[in-house]
Amino acid sequence: MPPATEVSSESQAQGHVIEADQVTKTFVSARQKIVALDSCSFNTRPGIVTGLIGPDGSGKTTFMRIVSGLLAPDSGTVRVLGMDSVRDYLEVQASVRYMPQRFGLYEDLSVMENLELYSDLLSIPKPERPAVYERLMKMTGLAPFTSRLAGRLSGGMKQKLGLACTLLKPPRLLILDEPTVGVDPVSRRELWEIVYSQVEERQMSVLLSTSYLDEAERCHEVILMHEGHVLGIGDPKGFSKPLQGHCFMLSVPHGQKRRIQAELANMPEVVDSLILGEKIRLVTRDEMDAARVRQEIGILASAGVEASLPRFEDAFIWLLKKRIEEQEGRRVQFKSLEHHKVKGRPDEDIIVVKDLQRRFGDFYAVKGISFSVKRGEIFGLLGANGAGKTTTFRMLCGLLPASGGTLRVAGKDLRKARAEARANVGYMAQKFSLYVDLTVFQNLRFFSSAYGLSGKRQKERIAWALDAFELSDMADSNSGTLPLGFKQRLALAAALMHEPDILFLDEPTSGVDPLARRQFWAHINSLAEAGVTIMVTTHFMEEAEYCDRVVVMKRGAILAAGTPEELKRRYHPPGMENPTMEDAFITLVEMQEQDKATETGQK
Amino acid sequence: MTGKAADNSRMRLAGLIRKEVYQIMRDPSAIGIAFLLPVLLLLIFGYGVSLDAEHVPVGIVVEKPSPEATNFTSGFQNNRYFEPIAFDSIQEAEKALMERRVTAIVWTRNNFTKKLLSTSDSPIGVIVNGVDANQARIIKGYIMGVWMRWLDKFARAQGASLNVPVMVKKRIWFNAAVRSRNFLVPGLIAVIMTLIGGMLTSMVVAREWERGTMEALLVTPVRKKEIILGKIIPYFVLGMGGMMLSVIMTVWVFQVPFRGSFIALTFSSALFMLTAIGLGLIISVAAGSQFVAGQIAIVITFLPAFILSGFVFDIGSMPAPIQGITHIVAARYFVSILQTLFLAGDIWHIYIVNWLWLTGMALFFFMVIRRKFHKRLQ
Amino acid sequence: MLKRILALTIKEFIAILKNKKSRMVLILPPVAQIIVFGYAASFDLNDVKLGIYNEDPGIASRELIGRFEGSRTFQITEHISSDAQISRLIDLQKVTAVLHFHRDFTRDITRGKPAELQVILDGRNSNTALICLNYIQTIVADFNRQWALEKQGRTAPARLKVRSWFNRMLNSHWFIIPGIVALLTIVVTLEVTALSVCKEREAGTFDQLLVTPMTPFEILVGKSLPGLVIGLVEGTFIILVTVLWFDIPLRGSLVVLYSGLLVFLMSVIGIGIMISSIAVTQQQGLMGAFMFLVPAVVLSGFATPIENMPRLVQDLTLLNPMRYILVIVRSVFLQGASFDLLWTQYVPMALIGVVSLAIAGVLFRKRLY
Repeated sequence: MPPATEVSSESQAQGHVIEADQVTKTFVSARQKIVALDSCSFNTRPGIVTGLIGPDGSGKTTFMRIVSGLLAPDSGTVRVLGMDSVRDYLEVQASVRYMPQRFGLYEDLSVMENLELYSDLLSIPKPERPAVYERLMKMTGLAPFTSRLAGRLSGGMKQKLGLACTLLKPPRLLILDEPTVGVDPVSRRELWEIVYSQVEERQMSVLLSTSYLDEAERCHEVILMHEGHVLGIGDPKGFSKPLQGHCFMLSVPHGQKRRIQAELANMPEVVDSLILGEKIRLVTRDEMDAARVRQEIGILASAGVEASLPRFEDAFIWLLKKRIEEQEGRRVQFKSLEHHKVKGRPDEDIIVVKDLQRRFGDFYAVKGISFSVKRGEIFGLLGANGAGKTTTFRMLCGLLPASGGTLRVAGKDLRKARAEARANVGYMAQKFSLYVDLTVFQNLRFFSSAYGLSGKRQKERIAWALDAFELSDMADSNSGTLPLGFKQRLALAAALMHEPDILFLDEPTSGVDPLARRQFWAHINSLAEAGVTIMVTTHFMEEAEYCDRVVVMKRGAILAAGTPEELKRRYHPPGMENPTMEDAFITLVEMQEQDKATETGQK
Repeated sequence: MTGKAADNSRMRLAGLIRKEVYQIMRDPSAIGIAFLLPVLLLLIFGYGVSLDAEHVPVGIVVEKPSPEATNFTSGFQNNRYFEPIAFDSIQEAEKALMERRVTAIVWTRNNFTKKLLSTSDSPIGVIVNGVDANQARIIKGYIMGVWMRWLDKFARAQGASLNVPVMVKKRIWFNAAVRSRNFLVPGLIAVIMTLIGGMLTSMVVAREWERGTMEALLVTPVRKKEIILGKIIPYFVLGMGGMMLSVIMTVWVFQVPFRGSFIALTFSSALFMLTAIGLGLIISVAAGSQFVAGQIAIVITFLPAFILSGFVFDIGSMPAPIQGITHIVAARYFVSILQTLFLAGDIWHIYIVNWLWLTGMALFFFMVIRRKFHKRLQ
Repeated sequence: MLKRILALTIKEFIAILKNKKSRMVLILPPVAQIIVFGYAASFDLNDVKLGIYNEDPGIASRELIGRFEGSRTFQITEHISSDAQISRLIDLQKVTAVLHFHRDFTRDITRGKPAELQVILDGRNSNTALICLNYIQTIVADFNRQWALEKQGRTAPARLKVRSWFNRMLNSHWFIIPGIVALLTIVVTLEVTALSVCKEREAGTFDQLLVTPMTPFEILVGKSLPGLVIGLVEGTFIILVTVLWFDIPLRGSLVVLYSGLLVFLMSVIGIGIMISSIAVTQQQGLMGAFMFLVPAVVLSGFATPIENMPRLVQDLTLLNPMRYILVIVRSVFLQGASFDLLWTQYVPMALIGVVSLAIAGVLFRKRLY
């Protein structure tokens, strides 16, 4: 085991931007107490970007609301720029700007009207405004769109407008709650550039929350949160430093990655293992070299092992596991699922899409796309919000009629086929759509009945689901009050009650913590091993790494298709080692825009 | 410095109001609710709601035709209140009454002529369907009127005079023609505006919460008072617009006389609008979600305003505890003002009593809003 | 198939009844409303305030006034001595009517000349004025008959004997309270059904439902049953209050009444689910329910008769299921009506129900969004 990280950065006695002291906040809903923050104490330094990193439900938003004076803590104090966040909240709000999730824009107001409104609210004198607007519009690139309604902007543009509204009167502390959710990678990168320019030019302090772990590395300092606790605070590089010499990339024979990874995941000497395209990423408990990895871990005797640099996510997993092991005295184990072996020839095309179109009015959400998915494949549909993935997905599930083209799922168009045709398809909707008023047991019973299960078979399947997804303790809890990770498990269980041969997953892991995500993919991988065909949409580029093949969508069209490895190779950013899917995506978009530019230039 | 603070506050308020105006202009549903809905409801209800029975189907049974009997039954013809239908026998007529084909039966017996004037036993039978007691009573009154007029004419024709010790001479003030529309339509304005006020405001605040914009507003230096006023002022203006439209329709389309003063109308409408908006705001602040707000709005606006406001049902005749309950229905005061204002003209004493109640309610509502609405989330 | 429907129905019930708030909304308002509205909604007048302006020194006027004093309907609150007072009292609504006896009242009556009783009524609520006049005329007619018989030894002219069938005393509570059965049932049933689909659409669970092998028909039935059961239970409760608390006679058969209620519920559920399927958000569903409910109540004949409406509006009410159930409920309660008298009311309701349910079922899948 590496020594405990030196997480607390050199504390400065003076000039803290935020001083949180034993902050606790609980919410009561439906007779259940939810601890959002549990005695959190830390300070943040001025003039830097501080990141609040953690999955949904870790207390990030609650903390930001307390800092901006929107919530009062149950106990403990928060001092913001030297002011008490409860007593002096009006003064705090005069020098702090806060951008809530979804950016707090009035979608039925134009860009300029939104700016005018916030200028009025911030008492910016009229004569000064034109100069301010010009500067911000130039910075955000929104100048050509000032008269467009905010609701008509793309996700990335909305996010920049939201940011512009908070920068009208440059605050001393800028708070951004999940500013990059649902925004495409290019826009994410641009947002970071703007934030950095503010920090540098104006010595602004920024508190930013995100559930993307890769963004943590862009912060000067991060506060790692999990279920209302602070797991650590410090320089993001400092977090992963202790894992130097623990990280490896494994090359394994084709078709074996899932089996090997599943085995690795539960070994005591392994901290983390992760499928990355054709390779497996391994983090070991002890520091070692490649030879020792091959020697100590039997199944890797013939694998290619290559040392790798630690990433922030490795550190997070390591801290999380440590915390669970200390608190609950058990090792974290990833379970796989039993599933009957799907009959039929492998490599048979199960899902076939040809020239698929979908029009809403005169807007084309899907512009004639084609692809096919083979039996037993994990197939990814990638793209930012609004790229057309969900529309495509809904058409495949028979929830939305296509405007043109053909689609077949197991040889049938689910929209037109008899209801029974849906019996071998499982579906897990976005946001884990379950009946929140029903208990876990009632949900399982309902969905198994809806799929026609009854009697002994139904009892067996419910028992299986409660056991396999570790939901037995929660069987009588209202599913609405479950933590996100449990909801996700329940949703998957509900989709699998009837042992489908095809599984549709819409944004299955957004917002859940990295451990829960690993468990989820352990389940999915075991299903794929049994021959289940899996179709998944995601806007997390990193999640594409789990897929056998992906298509990347943008504005209703397919930008690129292939295996993750192929895409990374094809769209390799110049001069970068080991690019991620996200890097590849950005390169892809840039290349495409260049093509367009040259095309129009030639015309 | 205080001058500067006041300037800033004014600027913030103006910004909020401007924002609300843009939103109203862009979102046709708010304009629809404020202008279209009252017009539509008033049109349908104004025409639809009436207590004046006309063209009542009456079964006429003449057992033995005689000049007198024919003469009497002809009183039901060419009369806008009745639609006579002839039956050969009382059994047939009674069957028609059972089947609701006729609402009343007038039956002249075979000894009609002989018994006329001779005894106090009437030689005709009248049956009304009493299911709708109110209509039955009105129809009964109509039939008795026809009978008395005919009897009087008949007696005169015989050279005799009717022996009536006391004759009632009625004078119905303010509404001599006894048109029920004259009092129902002004009452409808109160009912409709209760709905509109509640719907407009309960929706708009909840909407800001749901879209996440309220959170963004709350963290700016804006004050609680400014947010509340920023909501009240635009919707007040909008609601008053709908109100004026309703009044114009009442006078022009439904021909209800307008005898009061415009000032009194404006002032009363403004007061009432404030209570309606205040109630809507309380609902949305207390409910939090749009869904619960809407449910509460349905339960506490429409039916109470319909039944407990005195718009159709006379409050004075309700049992005392129920009369007590009507005091918390703001529409009650507005109905009283409007009925006086339209039909009787300015009677300041009545206005003032109702204004006091309305003011009290409005103040109470705004106090509750100030208490319940926090710049801080719960 | 039955199992799937049953599973959906059970799920709907749990969802409706588990939440304390929604349980309260279903139980509390109807209980409070039947009591409050039951007492409040009536056209009958009680304690009508009467002013007496008696310039007549004689006994005839006093005798007639005595009859008003003895009446339960009237309450003499003011004795007036000048014309100016009349307008003041009526303007300020201190009295609803003033009885003015002229100086020669007794003299005229003893001479056998018709004595004139002037009645001045506040016509602001013309319905109240008419009813009040009606009561006054009844009292005067009784007085006339007796006076003619006892004092003059003559008979007054034949007075019409009017028999009121089904409601001998013309008690308007008998008319209104059975109507409340329909009124509250429609409110509750709409509350349960109008959000049932759009709530699930908003939460995303409706997609989940549509990808199961359930057919639209099964979903429709599963979603309808809870509304039907809750509507029946609440309807029964209100009928019990009507009969046991308000003593309204229930003369017809329960079979006729309940089959009417059942068909009515089906039509309201159909409309509710149809609204819910058209709506994208709960907010729209709620607004839609409201936009249906308000006209459905006002134009149902609940308070003001449909016969009094203009032709066009009357035709419009043919689409309103409440219009039919009001006839059924009132006829069964007061008239003891049977199927053969009422079948014309069942058929249109059933049609409304079938058509709206069919539209809802189609919209489940066809809905564009």
